[in-house]
Amino acid sequence: MLLEHLHRLNTARDARLAAVTITPLDIGEARLFLEGELHDPAAAPAIESALRTGKSGIVEIGGQAAFVNVYLPPPRIVVIGAVHISQALAGMAETAGFDLSIIDPRSAFATEERFGKAKLLAEWPEEALQHTPLDAYTALVAVTHDPKIDDFPLAKALEAGCFYVGALGSRKTHAGRVERLAKLGVNESAIASIHAPIGLDIHASSPAEIAVAILAEIIQTLRTRDVTAGRRAAA
Amino acid sequence: MLGQPLYPDPLQVAGEWHADGRGVAIATVIETWGSAPRPVGSHLVIDSEGNFHGSVSGGCVEGAVIVEAADVIASGAARILEFGVADETAWRVGLSCGGRIRIYVERLG
Repeated sequence: MLLEHLHRLNTARDARLAAVTITPLDIGEARLFLEGELHDPAAAPAIESALRTGKSGIVEIGGQAAFVNVYLPPPRIVVIGAVHISQALAGMAETAGFDLSIIDPRSAFATEERFGKAKLLAEWPEEALQHTPLDAYTALVAVTHDPKIDDFPLAKALEAGCFYVGALGSRKTHAGRVERLAKLGVNESAIASIHAPIGLDIHASSPAEIAVAILAEIIQTLRTRDVTAGRRAAA
Repeated sequence: MLGQPLYPDPLQVAGEWHADGRGVAIATVIETWGSAPRPVGSHLVIDSEGNFHGSVSGGCVEGAVIVEAADVIASGAARILEFGVADETAWRVGLSCGGRIRIYVERLG
């Protein structure tokens, strides 16, 4: 590996950016691509598939066998609201390999007794997001129903290019939210990308079932996302 | 793989060793068959003194990879190693878990 590649790769990983290396198996010169960079058209399908699935392996590029190694940042889920759904989601997300944290300024909700070992921040999102910044490998799930708590992190998540932004609430609740976010200056297409009503439509009823629907939607969004556009906002 | 954190990270260690002026080789699992203990993409980094960090198996073939890495550091020529139960050498180095793996070994820099 070229030293320059190692340094660029390590810097990208530190910054939670995805990267792909392609090494021809006839021991030719390896290449390094960072997510969002222009790809060589011959290698683009292999790079895009690797970025989407997170799977490394041997593929054929231009009639030649090459090893594609993909380095994805560990995906995170940030939940706004220490509610019943979040209790169920915390356990499921850990099982599925996500790093989950919960933010809720209401200290009666954000208690260790309710959440066990889950990462809990009993702070306003305005404070908490300063030491846990959002990025393209983070999903933001807003479930408090309270605009005072939910609106700020929703706007921040859209600005940061989070791969998934979801908000709990009926269509009517969401219509009000759309108006408020527009007033905050969030652009229309960003607002339209919010998953609301939240979760895949599996007719979920209990809090745990809603958590399943939300986690399934997060995974679907992560694995089908557009990896050619790069990050939506400048980091 | 979702990209689980692995601390200290082998590629970070490789960079630090190189900055210390050591010769460094990077070994990467490029293909697996059957029950291989480490997924494709896993790294083992080795310096010219034989110090190593990370893993490409459950400890079965690391010894053999480290020996090959010394040659790669000296010559600069990358090579592909294959270990598996079908292979006499592999049996000797102990990949007895029933899997087969291919490992790419290259010099850093």
